[in-house]
Amino acid sequence: MDMTRRAALLTSAAIASSVAFPMRSLFAQETPRKGGVFTVHYGAEQRQLNPSLQASTGVYIIGGKIQEQLVDLDAAGNPVGVLATSWEAAPDGKTITFKLRDGVKWHDGRPFTSADVQFTAMEMWKKILNYGTTLQLFLTAVDTPDPLTAIFRYERPMPLNLLLRALPDLGYISPRHIYEGKGDIRQNPANLAPIGTGPFKFVTYERGQHVIADRNTDYWRPNAPHLDRIVWRVVTDRAAAAAQMEAGQIHYSPFSGLTISDAARLGKDKRFIVSTKGNEGNARTNTIEFNFRRKELADIRVRRAIAHALDIPFFIENFLGDFAKRGTGPVPSVSTDFYPADNGPQYPFDKKRAAALLDEAGFKAGAGGTRFSLRLLPAPWGEDITLFATFIQQSLADVGIKVEVVRTDGGGFLKQVYDEHAFDLATGWHQYRNDPAVSTTVWYRSGQPKGAPWTNQWGWTDETMDKIIDDAATEVDAAKRKALYGDFVRRANTELPIWTPIEQIFLTAISAKARNHSNTPRWGSSSWHDLWLAE
Amino acid sequence: MRILTLAGRRLAASIPTLVLILIGVFVLLQFAPGDTVDALMAQMGGGDAETAKQLRQYYGLDVSAWAQLGNYLWRLVRLDLGFSAIYGKPVATVIAERLPATILLMTASLSLAFFFGLVFGVIAARGVNRWPDTLISTLGLVFYAMPTFWFGLMAIVVFSIYLQWLPAGGFEDITVGLTGWRRTLDIARHLVLPTLTLGLFYMAIYLRIMRGSMLEVLTLDFVRTARAKGMDETRVVVRHVLRNALLPMVTLIGLQAGTMLGGSVVVESVFSLPGLGRLAYESVIQRDLNTLLGIVFVSALLVITVNFIVDLLYARLDPRITTGS
Repeated sequence: MDMTRRAALLTSAAIASSVAFPMRSLFAQETPRKGGVFTVHYGAEQRQLNPSLQASTGVYIIGGKIQEQLVDLDAAGNPVGVLATSWEAAPDGKTITFKLRDGVKWHDGRPFTSADVQFTAMEMWKKILNYGTTLQLFLTAVDTPDPLTAIFRYERPMPLNLLLRALPDLGYISPRHIYEGKGDIRQNPANLAPIGTGPFKFVTYERGQHVIADRNTDYWRPNAPHLDRIVWRVVTDRAAAAAQMEAGQIHYSPFSGLTISDAARLGKDKRFIVSTKGNEGNARTNTIEFNFRRKELADIRVRRAIAHALDIPFFIENFLGDFAKRGTGPVPSVSTDFYPADNGPQYPFDKKRAAALLDEAGFKAGAGGTRFSLRLLPAPWGEDITLFATFIQQSLADVGIKVEVVRTDGGGFLKQVYDEHAFDLATGWHQYRNDPAVSTTVWYRSGQPKGAPWTNQWGWTDETMDKIIDDAATEVDAAKRKALYGDFVRRANTELPIWTPIEQIFLTAISAKARNHSNTPRWGSSSWHDLWLAE
Repeated sequence: MRILTLAGRRLAASIPTLVLILIGVFVLLQFAPGDTVDALMAQMGGGDAETAKQLRQYYGLDVSAWAQLGNYLWRLVRLDLGFSAIYGKPVATVIAERLPATILLMTASLSLAFFFGLVFGVIAARGVNRWPDTLISTLGLVFYAMPTFWFGLMAIVVFSIYLQWLPAGGFEDITVGLTGWRRTLDIARHLVLPTLTLGLFYMAIYLRIMRGSMLEVLTLDFVRTARAKGMDETRVVVRHVLRNALLPMVTLIGLQAGTMLGGSVVVESVFSLPGLGRLAYESVIQRDLNTLLGIVFVSALLVITVNFIVDLLYARLDPRITTGS
């Protein structure tokens, strides 16, 4: 069974990489065809479609076509202006000035101005948007000397590079005239019927069925968009989504929306392209979190022993295929700006060393070869986590650690791990968002309020680590910042409060008829203004 | 008049049941770790503690569980189902949006199951232990044993992907925007596979019940009397046997109308239909108490109504039931 499955995965990966890229260069010569309806698999409905209020791929996949941000990432992963045309930081890092694009209109015909930027930044990013509240904590004001200039004023230095790498996700603008003075922002009807400046205009949202957006004929980019309409079809069952792709009812399934085996199967089918391309900005690592409240796990030797006891290359090869690779630390290798040359200690598979470390820590094997027992909570976000939990359980049994796997749903997982701390080991994903300061350092910085998900709730405090994180967060010199994040990665790997052994990028499954797809690092979330469908 | 008193008594007795069900569900959901804000955080991919606090206040979760239950029941008395956390609109609206698909699917598959269950059951009973019986019983067993999700997926593979006769999922074709009878036809086309998937399972149950009760009634004295009177076989079967054999079937329908409402989560997921089953499932995952309680409330009402109708049907099929004590 395993061999065929592995073979399937490997072949599909080979096909994806060999077929996808030559084809793209070939078709680059074609003239875009106007028209067509592009259908998208929408796996998990959200409570929100407005990306200024909720930062998640489930919102960007729809809201990112309707609303736009100040900057996005270009094909090479560098910031490129969307609603902003240029930006400049004062030498002290406390003032950042954005020049805005002229002649942009909201879908209701009103002009887009700096007042919209000011309102969105102060009322949405700073107060409501997840991760935005942390990023903009020291934002004191946004000045608007004229309709096309927005000056961000910070209490503490804000590294321009950090802001520019965070804004593609956390920089969506909402229309002030729709939200201001209309009561609670969270309850505004526009949250589920968004009004933006983007290439597609919201048409309708039938809960549990579909969302529809049509071409914005008044779009500011000349000759765009190419598509007439985008339809997002709500399909919660992954196998059913694959079937609908094969039946031609869905063109695109983003963010690893299909099962690993279906993705491998479609990858071998000429009608589809299955690849990680276009998702580089959505890298994630599989994690193992240790609860330091357990005396065994507070011992560094035990944490290292657990790392040594897992044969990660074996797991990747047999269960995840070519779409995953060995992780080296909290900053994934796709992050060209921050990936350090030296990642610090790694923990290769070595069962003898694991046993020796456990003996040394004083946890000798008792009756039946068991040293101690642990409760492992796997997050329910994906099938790879479930597989990994089982793999951890079996691998640790070999070194005398008995693991009980406790499964819950999303709400239960967050509550038990981040609020009640009712876990010994947890395993899930860490999502890296282009700069470690956006969502990575909170996993390591001490003093996080109890109950805040995806933060350091491990009971681990390290002054050296805290200092590195704080220094880096306000360092305006790009080279010094990069060096500090190198220290951060090495410290994380040395102390091992969390282990990040596997690095993955989301998988895209898309119809071979699509053109200009997967051409930026966050393509699934981007505006698709240049996407078109061949006959 | 007698029927009306019976009806009145029945309805009065169902009110405490309803309240107990609601309290039970509420308490059960309290045992599930995490609340709707945790679920929302899971969906967002993170947020800070201040946001979480604001959200709890916003959803009315900052008071004790009993106060929440009290608030809920008090609103219910005023016929207000509350506000759905995940949908951002009144629960009544959310449920009303989902009801048509559910009721359509439920009625279609129940009718299919009932009709063919009855016909095949009678045929099997008439030809007991001969080839029609063996064939029908075997098929029935196959449909009964087959998991619905698997049958659904296989149906998609065969009819949608391979033969391309029917759509693979969804309630209607939204890319073209049909109206009038063309839309009706389109919806019907979309419902063929889900109806078959859900209906065949229940048909298997009905045909077995029908076959069993037919066989039982056929041995009773009054059937022998009827035959002794020289009545022809068709008349014996239709007028005497069938009518009596139908009682257990009707009972079962009453029971299953409720199950099918919730039991179609699997079929709704596989065929991406916007029904109540999926809504209920999602409300549990998202810990959306108001929506879940709303669905339970509506389902309970539906079950009570169906059972009431079944009671009336009993009386029609077997007059002894109303005249008895």
